[in-house]
Amino acid sequence: MKKEIIISGFGGQGVLSMGKILAYSGLMEGKEVTWMPAYGPEQRGGTANVTVIVSDDKISSPILSQYDVAIVLNQPSLDKFESKIKPGGILIYDGFGIINPPTRGDISVYRVDAMDKAAEMKNAKVFNMIVLGAFLSVCPIISYEGMEKALFKTLPERHHGLIPLNMEALRVGGETILRMK
Amino acid sequence: MHNRVQKKDGGLIGMAEQEVTLMKGNEAIARAAVRCGVDGYFGYPITPQSEIIETLALDKPWETTGMVVLQAESEVAAINMVYGAAGAGKRAFTSSSSPGVALMQEGISYLAGAELPGVFVNVQRGGPGLGTIQPSQSDYFQATRGGGNGDYHVIVLAPASVQEMADFVDLAFTLAFKYRNPAMILSDGVIGQMMEKVVLPPYKPRRTEEEIMEECPWATSGRRNSRQPNIITSLELKPEEMEKRNVHLQAKYEEIQKNEVRYETIQCDDAEYIIVAFGSAARIAQKAIETARAQGIKVGLFRPITLWPFPAGEIAGLAHGKKGVLVAEINAGQMVQDVRLAINGEEPVEYFGRLGGIVPEPDEIVNALKTKLM
Repeated sequence: MKKEIIISGFGGQGVLSMGKILAYSGLMEGKEVTWMPAYGPEQRGGTANVTVIVSDDKISSPILSQYDVAIVLNQPSLDKFESKIKPGGILIYDGFGIINPPTRGDISVYRVDAMDKAAEMKNAKVFNMIVLGAFLSVCPIISYEGMEKALFKTLPERHHGLIPLNMEALRVGGETILRMK
Repeated sequence: MHNRVQKKDGGLIGMAEQEVTLMKGNEAIARAAVRCGVDGYFGYPITPQSEIIETLALDKPWETTGMVVLQAESEVAAINMVYGAAGAGKRAFTSSSSPGVALMQEGISYLAGAELPGVFVNVQRGGPGLGTIQPSQSDYFQATRGGGNGDYHVIVLAPASVQEMADFVDLAFTLAFKYRNPAMILSDGVIGQMMEKVVLPPYKPRRTEEEIMEECPWATSGRRNSRQPNIITSLELKPEEMEKRNVHLQAKYEEIQKNEVRYETIQCDDAEYIIVAFGSAARIAQKAIETARAQGIKVGLFRPITLWPFPAGEIAGLAHGKKGVLVAEINAGQMVQDVRLAINGEEPVEYFGRLGGIVPEPDEIVNALKTKLM
């Protein structure tokens, strides 16, 4: 198993954190991982993206030409990465603010309205866990149990009380995701 | 990486059996330094390597091992603090990124002239001038040709993974003290900023004053028992004496070239083409090789680990009889000159690179291989 994933959105949406949680979870399950952020000044207010690779075998390049999965959280990210998904790959997008939806027919396209769901849950901070839950429901490279273990391991103990809420957000993501094509 | 790291004499750089953690290359440098008995870090923040001093500030090694961590007022001050500490036989290092390392060149030349075992890290970004904060390998010439004034070399190690960022700290100090010569870790924004699995080296205590005096009888460690004073300087006004010093330095460099060449080869056994690449470019080239081999192109990777001493003979030997060599680097074509010198016209050598902070994608390297050599 090897998944090459790009996560891209606005700075401040938790793009890098999502990638980190994914990478840590992969580490906890004994997989090889790399986490490569775009670290430019565009991270504040502009777009931010991170490449995460989770693999059973050694990973060669942290820089990729094409991705198995693109998780895009705004229009500029969709415009930039739709064409860079491998044929047969997966595109997951949040519909919030998307004016020009994806057009490719040779990939699986999913929509998760995580912004709306997070608002419903009255907690904007769980937005990125809803997106991650949606991703894991269509691409189960890491179990929910593995994610929970990673949260316990990586979060300081004073935040452990928030883990059930985050696990709930993961499940909501799995229930919210819609197959578009 | 896929293969074990080979030393010229066939030795291997070992890995300790310890906890596997996930961290950035910059963090790995800082944490490895604390663990391998380093006495001091002096530095000035600059992207993309500020996590080195940030991690040290967070971990507070002065409370555990007694290691000094100081934010200097400038890069010039930082490298001269390393000069002072190394002159006393201490394990001291600094780190910066390209424009900051340019500022340090005077100090590095002085370290080389005074034969001091200082270590410095360059997490490269694009230039020239203030340039960009994005990754680059455009300081290859500066690193391998000396960089400052005078006939000198520093030992240059080029890590290609977060694990090597950790492993090369102790290696750099070991080589620096073995040869009384500055040693450099030449990394870039990709390796510095990315997170990967890493096993940190086991803890090794800082050396005691007695151990330093035994290892470094030349050090200005405090004159005791009426021994002759040790003098650390790069100045010698008599040209006859200065030439002797230079001859001595050149003999030392020859010794280093004989003993310390390090490199890695991947999938070269059946290869018809060879890609030569170092650091992050070598990682990208590995992916290019996966893609090219899936298309039936037999290509392998030669990765210099020491950029100086350069594995010239090894590259020439490997390239012999091959259809061609592509040098992929994130600069305008610097290492390709060393590869061409090594191969000396025997086989075709081409270059591919991107500039100014753009990191090449694997497919671009595959295309370059096809269009330039096939």
